[in-house]
Amino acid sequence: MSELLQHLINGISAGTIYALVALGYTMVYGVLKLINFAHGDVMMVGVYMGYATAFALGRQAQSSTWGVLLIFLVAMGGCALMGFLIERFAYRPLREKPRLTALITAIGISFTLSYGFQLDIGFLPGSAPRAFPQIIQPAQWFTLGDPEFPDVVVWNWQVISLVLAVGLMAGLQYLVYGTRFGRAMRAVSFDHRVAALMGIPTDRVISVTFMIGSALAAGAGLLYAIKDTSVSPLMGLYVGLKAFVAAVIGGIGNVPGAMVGGLLLGLVEEFVVGYAASTWRDAVAFGFLILVLLVRPGGLFGRVAAEKV
Amino acid sequence: MRRFAPMILAAFALFAGACEKKTQPAPSGEGKQGGQVAQPAAGGGAPAASNTIVLGEVGSLTGAQATFGVSTRNGIELALKEANAAGGVKGKKLEVRVYDDQGKPEEAAQAVTRLITQDKVVLILGEVASSNSLAMAEKAQAAGVPMITPSSTNPKVTEKGEYIFRVCFIDPFQGFVMAKFAREHLKADRVAILQDNKSAYSIGLTDVFTQKFTEMGGKVVTTQSYSQGDTNFRAQLTAIKKEKPQAVYVPGYYNDVGIIARQAREMGVTVPLMGGDGWDSDKLYELAGNALDGSYFSNHYSPSDPNPKVQKFISDYKAAYGAVPDALAALGYDAAKVAIAALERAKDLSGPAVREAIAQTKDFPGVAGTITLDQNRNAVKSAAILKIANGKTEFVTTIHP
Amino acid sequence: MQTASAVSGSGTPSGVPASLRGILPVLVAVPVLLVLDWLLSNSPFANYLLSIMAVNIILAVSLNIVNGMTGQFSIGHAGFMAVGAYLAGVTSLALKDVALSFLPVAVSDQVFLVVALLVGGISAALAGFLVGLPSLRLRGDYLAIVTLGFGEIIRVAVTNTEAFGRALGLSGIPQTSSVAMVGFWVFLVVLVARRIAGSSHGRSLWAIREDEVAAEAMGVNTTGYKVRAFVVSSFFAGVAGGLFAHFVPIINPGSFTFVKSMEIVVMVVLGGLGSTTGAIVAAVFLTLLPEGLRSAFSAFGSESTLAQQVDQIRMPVYGLLLVVLMLSRPQGLFGTKELWEVVPRWIPRRRKGM
Repeated sequence: MSELLQHLINGISAGTIYALVALGYTMVYGVLKLINFAHGDVMMVGVYMGYATAFALGRQAQSSTWGVLLIFLVAMGGCALMGFLIERFAYRPLREKPRLTALITAIGISFTLSYGFQLDIGFLPGSAPRAFPQIIQPAQWFTLGDPEFPDVVVWNWQVISLVLAVGLMAGLQYLVYGTRFGRAMRAVSFDHRVAALMGIPTDRVISVTFMIGSALAAGAGLLYAIKDTSVSPLMGLYVGLKAFVAAVIGGIGNVPGAMVGGLLLGLVEEFVVGYAASTWRDAVAFGFLILVLLVRPGGLFGRVAAEKV
Repeated sequence: MRRFAPMILAAFALFAGACEKKTQPAPSGEGKQGGQVAQPAAGGGAPAASNTIVLGEVGSLTGAQATFGVSTRNGIELALKEANAAGGVKGKKLEVRVYDDQGKPEEAAQAVTRLITQDKVVLILGEVASSNSLAMAEKAQAAGVPMITPSSTNPKVTEKGEYIFRVCFIDPFQGFVMAKFAREHLKADRVAILQDNKSAYSIGLTDVFTQKFTEMGGKVVTTQSYSQGDTNFRAQLTAIKKEKPQAVYVPGYYNDVGIIARQAREMGVTVPLMGGDGWDSDKLYELAGNALDGSYFSNHYSPSDPNPKVQKFISDYKAAYGAVPDALAALGYDAAKVAIAALERAKDLSGPAVREAIAQTKDFPGVAGTITLDQNRNAVKSAAILKIANGKTEFVTTIHP
Repeated sequence: MQTASAVSGSGTPSGVPASLRGILPVLVAVPVLLVLDWLLSNSPFANYLLSIMAVNIILAVSLNIVNGMTGQFSIGHAGFMAVGAYLAGVTSLALKDVALSFLPVAVSDQVFLVVALLVGGISAALAGFLVGLPSLRLRGDYLAIVTLGFGEIIRVAVTNTEAFGRALGLSGIPQTSSVAMVGFWVFLVVLVARRIAGSSHGRSLWAIREDEVAAEAMGVNTTGYKVRAFVVSSFFAGVAGGLFAHFVPIINPGSFTFVKSMEIVVMVVLGGLGSTTGAIVAAVFLTLLPEGLRSAFSAFGSESTLAQQVDQIRMPVYGLLLVVLMLSRPQGLFGTKELWEVVPRWIPRRRKGM
């Protein structure tokens, strides 16, 4: 019984990270109808930015409140800038071209980042994973059973991640449905040419969407690195893929869908390892994806819209 | 189309009727390659009279296993430098040609073919990963060029033929060592295993450990798997914790083990972890922090071995490459040393003569143990058990075959 | 776009020789390949390199049917290659000790090789159908992610199956492949790709590529055509894998990763999305490049860390290449044109320009 509870906690804790990364995919897809393949790798770069900042701060300062805030700020700001640049120079010139060109570009950027960071040249970190500093001092916030060797543990960062994820999702939902900017986003998503004719600055809306998505990715990446205590150049590829699957399961373009999809995927993976076969974990996410596409092509919360011409 | 169906059926019937057992074990290559396979002695012929002897090495210098390949290459380079400084072999300088295989068997096969046919090497060193060594062994054996693998521990590698040797112990031995240690020193009855399902090495150790440990009266309570490169092991660890083991065997590579150790402590798995030579790297302690204190692993050698030969190797290596040599560097060094000694002994540099000389290696004093090659061309040597304390290893005991 | 010229290329007098139709090319190709095989019999390295190159050509040309002609985007071609490699390998292992009594051993081995290749190809085609059907009903982007996931599922399945050798790999497969055999399949895949491009089926594929909605409106059963193209492509990927398994001493999951898929994608994009000869040229170039660099560096001296760095840099450079190519020349080097349509016009123009 206690281990069921522990699995549940593990699953939710992994799922919140997927959900946060999935939010970024969903936003960009919602506005541009583009799978931003490089999203996971932007996240990876953000984590390395945080890693570098933590090192610059030193052991004392990095775990103070201001230190942690600064690390998050640098990583999220850096990634927002990166998202802006990628959109401006790699995606915008291709907006009127066939969608395939943008997709290939995105894959190219993803490849450049994830393999470029594996090089051992200059400031690049090399392929080996590094230990991520413990910027949030781990503390047990809830235990069950013997306090010395507890059966179930909930750590502070697990709670922080969950609260942060839910808060961000609520904020996004408000942004999209409750503000003028959100209305502009939805208009661009509906038809960016018509939106431009209506006086909406489409380029700016798309840029800001990219920046928000990338900043979210950096935040999620840092939480991920704190959770799994390490950072490596390939983390973006793996987490990004899983998060994308989560976004599709929930219905891509749909903000609460991404949240539910992420949590679902985290839990399913956890329980497959815990109660079925741990060797099959990596196949589960994609098997689940194919199943969803077969049964409900639009995802659990999405609708299949007829394509506009 | 309708006309075809009976024709196909007829063809099938003909096939089925005509199938028979091949009369003799077919030579591994028919026709055009037959000439080479039938007389391996002809291949890899003595190079033209020049004043260098060219050795070949294939290693994964890039890709996921790059650190292993680079360590091995450094060890080999060091051995060659020493030999050349001492006047070379038979009055000739030694040279090694290194090709990268990116950790892929098809690239390893391609590189080794190139070494044999284009560079006409007299002897081949390398690979760490057993899959890649297997690919190379097939080609080397067919061409009759002797090959020494420093650190491929899968038994199948040397089974490829009489031209393939190794200077390390094999998986079954290492699995046995840890099972014995867990049973006799740790007095453990219940052990859980967390294996890397993506690595043949890890699976091999798991299988042997399970078998031997059960034979010795212990019980493997659960076997969980992960994939190289994973960073979240909490699900597996929760499942392991449920079984209340007295130790956890984690025969993986240090990249993953470091993270596993941290998460194990976080999940409240406080029993000692045990591992194999894949743990051996300074990076392990950086990743694990102090989570591995009190854990054990088996290794080819101990850096704290007071033997002056070992200490000299360590200080030379540090001077050249600025790092403490790991076991792979030590094994690369030993493999090159064994090769050089054999070249010195061989009556000429043809494949069969060199092969003969390597096969006679007996009581060769390497830094990673004394090497004697048995009739299966495997090194018979003992393993060291090391204990981790404060980010350092302490020598515990040696287990002999 | 240039589609029209590419499609009608096979009919124009200056374009494709009309001889591509009919049996004649087979009659020409087979003796040529056998002579080539005989000439190379004493050079295992050339044999190996040519075989690798041929497998890459088959992969690139077959992927081009999906990514180039149909405008879909599969990035899991290595997964289908793996299906073919493992199933053909297992078939050959099972038939290892069997021979046909009425044929000499060498010929009967080749017969069994073809049987194994067909098993591999058909299983890959079947896998292609299973993967393609749900994802090709939807828009092109989904195919990318599903094929990527498929590669992962295959890897997990192989590492969990004792018969496939798990992580260590499958070794001991009879090495019966030859330059003639791989050359024959290269020839076959090129023939099929060209015949598809020139057929009415191909015209539907081009239409889907240019505008899926319009194609649908014109009465093209887009899902059906897409799935068929995907199945043909998967079949040849499976055959390529099967061939691979019969000249590489050991196959293991490490050979069929995402990186391999990306290499094939780069070949297709570099050569030109929709150009069969472009894919061939790119495949040849990218296979020979590392070997060429290796030769260049060993000429400079054997202990070159530079060579190692260049090898390392290859992957990020592939990525950058994709980005730059898409921004500057999204149709690839050749676009949809074939080699013979590009070269004659280039030469005079260049001369005039310079």
